[in-house]
Amino acid sequence: MHEVDMTRCLVLSMQSWRQRHEPTLPSVQRVHLEVGRFTCVEPEQLRFTWAVAVQGSWLDGADLVIETVPLVGRCLACGATYHPTVEAAYQSPCCQRPLEEIVSGRELRIRSVDYTLPTPTPTPTPTPTPA
Amino acid sequence: MHMPLEDTLGLNLLAANQHQADHNREHFEAWRLLCLNVMSSPGAGKTSLLERSLAALAPEFAMAVLEGDMTTQLDAQRLEAVGVPVVPITTGRACHLDAAMVAGGLRLLRQRLNPADLDILWVENVGNLVCPAEFEVGEHLKVALLSVTEGDDKPLKYPVMFREADCVLITKIDLLPYLPVEVDRIETHIRQVNPRATVIRVSASSGLGLPTWHAWIRQQLCLRLSMALPVPANR
Ligand SMILES: Nc1nc2c(ncn2[C@@H]2O[C@H](COP(=O)(O)OP(=O)(O)OP(=O)(O)O)[C@@H](O)[C@H]2O)c(=O)[nH]1
Ligand SMILES: [Mg+2]
Ligand SMILES: [Zn+2]
Repeated sequence: MHEVDMTRCLVLSMQSWRQRHEPTLPSVQRVHLEVGRFTCVEPEQLRFTWAVAVQGSWLDGADLVIETVPLVGRCLACGATYHPTVEAAYQSPCCQRPLEEIVSGRELRIRSVDYTLPTPTPTPTPTPTPA
Repeated sequence: MHMPLEDTLGLNLLAANQHQADHNREHFEAWRLLCLNVMSSPGAGKTSLLERSLAALAPEFAMAVLEGDMTTQLDAQRLEAVGVPVVPITTGRACHLDAAMVAGGLRLLRQRLNPADLDILWVENVGNLVCPAEFEVGEHLKVALLSVTEGDDKPLKYPVMFREADCVLITKIDLLPYLPVEVDRIETHIRQVNPRATVIRVSASSGLGLPTWHAWIRQQLCLRLSMALPVPANR
């Protein structure tokens, strides 16, 4: 169940992102991910482990929006791109070349975060002066 | 007013693991050693291969093993018997090693020896054909094993690991006479998903192919050292 570890990594990344907004606590509505088809990640699994992981945390209620990215290869003989399939043993249909270059499909990326910030207080945030 | 906002991150999902893996690799560079991550499905022959290779290479190289046995210390005991230091990394129920676990293994290793004295650090990953490939641990090279008993379709069904591997070993070839499997087809399928990999056929039982495999290791070690040479050796 590697999705559990993926989720842990994701939550850690989100915590780093939150620190940028300190001292305010952003309320996250959606986290957009790009998950390539040529990875070991099951989007369904990931959504499930995410929902469990964020329960009761500051990310509770945040939706995980997963965009799957198709596997696209480039044939190095003629330069054409193609969709490699297991059935064709990932071969390029144009020149029968093996899977040489992967154009897309290896993505495991946090693309963006939709969030709101609490209403700012009238006084500006005091800049902490180092001691 | 709750203005909807959007931050574009474009961040690797596994950034946290990647960060730790890079950190591990910095140590490996400073210690001027070669780290190999050995991966396969359960029982493809990782420990058996290491038993043979450690014994064969011990006269030439100083080596140690980080052993990612899932729950037991059986594999670690088998390898200790060869006379090479082994640090077991108990992963609990995890299905792969991650960079933080390996960092923990390195801390234990440093209590026993000075890693700067090592030439090769082996990492035997958890037996799993799927996810170890996605979790870098800081290794320089990935070695994937596929035994002939697993069938010739595995590189196509589990392509990511074979794609990521620098070297693929087709193991247990001593069993070929007894199996309805064509080793050429296995190799063809590996090359379909990874035309760049070095593919070597080996048997830990008969020893067939091991000299070729060991020659590959020597070559990689030389490459690493020559690449590392211009860097001042301040540890
Ligand atoms: N015939 C034959 N059997 C082998 C060979 N290599 C390993 N085996 C057998 O395959 C079984 C599994 O070998 P291991 O070396 O334990 O495999 P492993 O990949 O380390 O297994 P895990 O760490 O549990 O994933 C054992 O019974 C070995 O004796 C080989 O080259 N030929
Ligand atoms: Mg083993
Ligand atoms: Zn073509």
